[in-house]
Amino acid sequence: MSPDLLKLIFGRLGFESLPLHEPIVVGTFVVVALGGAALLGGLTYFRLWGYLWREWFTTVDHKRIGIMYMILGIVMLLRGFADALMMRGQQMLAFGGSEGYLNAHHYDQVFTAHGVIMIFFVAMPLVTGLMNYVVPLQIGARDVSFPFLNNFSFWMTVGGAVLVMASLFIGEFARTGWLAYPPLSNIGYSPDVGVDYYIWALQVAGVGTTLSGINLICTIVKLRCPGMTMMKMPVFTWTSLCTNVLIVASFPVLTVVLALLSLDRYVGTNFFTNDFGGSPMMYVNLIWIWGHPEVYILVLPAFGIFSEVTSTFSGKRLFGYTSMVYATVVITILSYLVWLHHFFTMGSGASVNSFFGITTMIISIPTGAKMFNWLFTMYRGRIRYELPMMWTIAFMLTFVIGGMTGVLLAVPPADFVLHNSLFLIAHFHNVIIGGVVFGAFAGISYWFPKAFGFRLDPFWGKLSFWFWVTGFYLAFMPLYVLGLMGVTRRLRVFDDPSLQIWFIIAAIGAGLVLLGIMCMLMQFAVSFLRREQLKDVTGDPWDARTLEWATSSPPPDYNFAFTPVVHDNDAWWDMKRRGYQRPLTGFKPIHMPSSTGTGIILAGLATAMGFGLIWYMWWLAALSFIAMLAVGIGHTFNYHRDFDIPAEDVIRTEDARTKLLAGAK
Amino acid sequence: MTVAVNPSQTGEPVFYLADEHPHPEGWSTSLGFWIYLMSDCLIFAILFATFGVLGGNYAAGPAPKDLFDLDLVAVNTSMLLLSSITYGFAMLTMQQNKVAQTQVWLAITGLFGLAFIGIELTEFAHMIHEGATPQRSAFLSAFFTLVGTHGLHVSCGLIWLVTLMVQVGKFGLIEANRRRLMCLSMFWHFLDVVWIGVFTFVYLLGVLR
Repeated sequence: MSPDLLKLIFGRLGFESLPLHEPIVVGTFVVVALGGAALLGGLTYFRLWGYLWREWFTTVDHKRIGIMYMILGIVMLLRGFADALMMRGQQMLAFGGSEGYLNAHHYDQVFTAHGVIMIFFVAMPLVTGLMNYVVPLQIGARDVSFPFLNNFSFWMTVGGAVLVMASLFIGEFARTGWLAYPPLSNIGYSPDVGVDYYIWALQVAGVGTTLSGINLICTIVKLRCPGMTMMKMPVFTWTSLCTNVLIVASFPVLTVVLALLSLDRYVGTNFFTNDFGGSPMMYVNLIWIWGHPEVYILVLPAFGIFSEVTSTFSGKRLFGYTSMVYATVVITILSYLVWLHHFFTMGSGASVNSFFGITTMIISIPTGAKMFNWLFTMYRGRIRYELPMMWTIAFMLTFVIGGMTGVLLAVPPADFVLHNSLFLIAHFHNVIIGGVVFGAFAGISYWFPKAFGFRLDPFWGKLSFWFWVTGFYLAFMPLYVLGLMGVTRRLRVFDDPSLQIWFIIAAIGAGLVLLGIMCMLMQFAVSFLRREQLKDVTGDPWDARTLEWATSSPPPDYNFAFTPVVHDNDAWWDMKRRGYQRPLTGFKPIHMPSSTGTGIILAGLATAMGFGLIWYMWWLAALSFIAMLAVGIGHTFNYHRDFDIPAEDVIRTEDARTKLLAGAK
Repeated sequence: MTVAVNPSQTGEPVFYLADEHPHPEGWSTSLGFWIYLMSDCLIFAILFATFGVLGGNYAAGPAPKDLFDLDLVAVNTSMLLLSSITYGFAMLTMQQNKVAQTQVWLAITGLFGLAFIGIELTEFAHMIHEGATPQRSAFLSAFFTLVGTHGLHVSCGLIWLVTLMVQVGKFGLIEANRRRLMCLSMFWHFLDVVWIGVFTFVYLLGVLR
């Protein structure tokens, strides 16, 4: 074939794009390929494809979509953590003239991919998954406002993750750091596909995130059950509402800034170039206008989880509900007024820096109020140290340290010293792991019995907890020290041998976290095997307080046979206290949305379009785009998207639960 | 929705609805679409801000004064404003359940929209022909992106309009179609409002600059 024709079909993709010269990547590929083949073979052998397609891939049930988000988050955690281990290993070894084992080309991709994956494809799916699963149950709804959109959003997130993963074996990922600052990320300095993978992975996933934000806001505003006024909503629902407002009000900024960067790269415009009037600093401003709210998008739901857990396991009503709600709203607003603290060193002058320094410090006030609310909730409570509560206490101790180093960084003169140092790295891992990751783990162990009908095994859970917490401190406290000594981030090799010991300690910490992750996977496996002993037949294994515990574990497709009516903040606690009798008769057909394959098809086409744009396969991009339009418009011609669950089915499901409950007594 | 949540006559609290009615179809749609529009509004806000920052960076290239033909832009603006009025007429006839008339007004709206896009493309072609390409300066990059994004939205609106005309023709003015027409109406008027901003800040203030 002529080279022109090849170029037309494959764009810039060729055999030389495959990283065959990188033994580590080739080894990874072999393992992934074998594992993937085993998985696909297993699914085919056990004839599970039809089941997966009908019950999971095409489902519009918020519970199943929530579980799929969690699985995505955990799978990507393994990838992102593998990157972390590689960095820790490299930095531990690259002393005394040693180059370590990663070359610069590979190392730069590893730290970029680590950041991108951990934020967009681990933290976001975990948080979105928990919100998706829990919020409709907490507000007594049957599903979200737009169930089809929910399915589509999930698959768009998967599409983004697929593109990031593809970059490992086909071409390369960005070597720019996780926010891809220009001019480095511009075509002149990054002519390869790496930044394009970055752009299109985030654009595809970003569409999903924005739409799921709109969806959950509508769900919370429009679908609350009777009696649940705004100030009677569970705190997790409140924090979810604020998080989704933040998503809708910040992700469009990311969309635009990445679109402008792509115009610079593809069309040759001059938004962020060094010449023709472009301004690279505008990119930094714009991306942090998204980026700062993003960290609150992640941490607010975690605050909600800790609130639910603290009050449940202290056996008390949450202390200061109203102040908790207002603190959340204030954080939501303030998170838009602090973005410049990410680049005090830009040179905006003392007045601008002071403004943003002060707004940043102010955020610690509502956050501190929350911390005291949790403490006062525990005060004189009958605290049960189950796993979710342990994660919560680990969070409270860890997050306070991270918060204080954050306030330290908010002081502009101090920031001039610590900017871009490992102190900063230690700070944000301190708040993101201590806040978001511990929060997600608290949420997983808290709601797992609700989702699957059996508890998680506490032994392996506690083992995982201790490995994670000690590992975290060992891994990140040395980075504070190194940062104060002036070590900057993203370094690959070091000259000063006196620094090595700190990197060795940090690497040991990372090894402990690895054990923590392995124990967690073990915990899932052991719990599944022991599911009969760990079974929860009551639907309320923790003696909890909010509505999701009023229904069975796992909840039926329709969540509640009858829509609940709420009189109190802790609705389920109130129902238990006042002798609520579960209705046994009078069941009616229930109106529910139908499954559809359109979401996964559209997202698949969007991913293909992204792949085409990355590799300059214009025909593929154009074809996928036209197909997306056709499928999308075709979908609007389907006017029948609902069905009724017949009353007999409801009766059968509810009778089965009656028997279970009778057996439990 | 008003539901008695107070204790029933017997004094026992009510903990569930024995006789419930599901939310009507499209119960959340207007709110959801409105929130979507606000997220879209943010996209334009960022593009306006970008234009605000870069709009004076001509890089020794052409400035607004050399490029903009206000008469043409005025004609173009009137096309879009007229299309909004005719969309309003389409909504009025929809309320009266007149399918044929609604379709006629939608078609007229579409023609105005098409005229708008046509004039805009002519303007772009003219500028590019004169060497004022998006690559020439940051000002032109920002200009083409802001105005082009608006034009892209109008084009999407046109595709949507045609789709809805087919659906109204096929299924009539059923509840679902009315809701869809309402959403497109919000979208169309929203683009009008954005254009007022473009006209003022990009063209009028640009020529004054």
